[in-house]
Amino acid sequence: MSAAPEAPALYRYVLRLGDLALVLGQRLSEWVGHAPALEEDLGLANIALDLVGQARLLLAYAGEIEGRGRGEDDIAFLREHGEYLNPTLVEQPNGDFGETIVRQVLIDAYQLALYERLVRSGDERLAAIAEKAVKETRYHLRYSSNWLVRLGDGTEESHGRVQRALERLWPYTVELFEADALDRDMAERGVAPSLEEMRSAWSRHIDEVLTEATLKRPADRPYTWFGKRGEHSEHLGYLLAEMQYLQRAHPGARW
Amino acid sequence: MSAENNAPGEREWPLFEIFIRPRGGLDHKHVGSLHACDPRMAIEHARDLYTRREEGVSIWAVPSASITASDPAEADALFEPARDKIYRHPTFYDIPPEVKTL
Repeated sequence: MSAAPEAPALYRYVLRLGDLALVLGQRLSEWVGHAPALEEDLGLANIALDLVGQARLLLAYAGEIEGRGRGEDDIAFLREHGEYLNPTLVEQPNGDFGETIVRQVLIDAYQLALYERLVRSGDERLAAIAEKAVKETRYHLRYSSNWLVRLGDGTEESHGRVQRALERLWPYTVELFEADALDRDMAERGVAPSLEEMRSAWSRHIDEVLTEATLKRPADRPYTWFGKRGEHSEHLGYLLAEMQYLQRAHPGARW
Repeated sequence: MSAENNAPGEREWPLFEIFIRPRGGLDHKHVGSLHACDPRMAIEHARDLYTRREEGVSIWAVPSASITASDPAEADALFEPARDKIYRHPTFYDIPPEVKTL
């Protein structure tokens, strides 16, 4: 484990990664029983479960860094809205299937750029988690990208829907790559990859998929979202209320 | 059956038959069927539906429409004549006691 003085920064960095996976996993599982086809229902549930699995490893690690005896469940279910450090993009509502796919492509490409570099992290535990997650993430990106191409290059209706979803969600992507003090600190210590480098890998993949899907890449707009600092959109509260209800109503309840 | 699935105006995705090779060196085995709008999606669905617990190392997806099946009504003509041709079954040999797994 890291030396005590650096624990809070590393704790917050690991929470950012863990919360991203947890919140997106929770969002995607809202599709269970509602996807357009039984096969897609299972596909989305599989991805949701992979993400929750990543969240478990990351949040358990965060608990150890914190050193106050909190486990993965305490961290997932007993924190408040403002203590969540996921980027704002992943808490956005599912919308229609096309909008879910757009969000998924944007975030899968981000996670792949992250995990592919995190396997070389100076933090051995993060490197090991990334090693496991990178394989899953490659599949997620393949699944979501294939769907985006089908929908974008599909009918007029499907093209219009995913283009509009892309316009709506695009502003949230700026936050992913906007380095703040914590990101820079982690990168300097060799724990985290540089966001600059991740952005170009991400951008390359996104451009490729958008071209194949005959979609137009929206222009970057000024950065206004700060989920990774704990300032969230209104949507996170509803998601947490549903996710945390059981543990709040029946503290310590187990299967 | 599959022709109906591919009929114009039919919104249902076409059906694919899925074959999985459990391990290197073994044959692909039929495991079931699923709907998908193209072959690439069929492979992805098969991965999600049939290989979640490491059941396989390779997947084949075959459009069900490409399969020509024997007619169950003709089963008598096709298969029963084999029943009374006992010389086709190697049952006349004494199996040496050393051979345990024949």
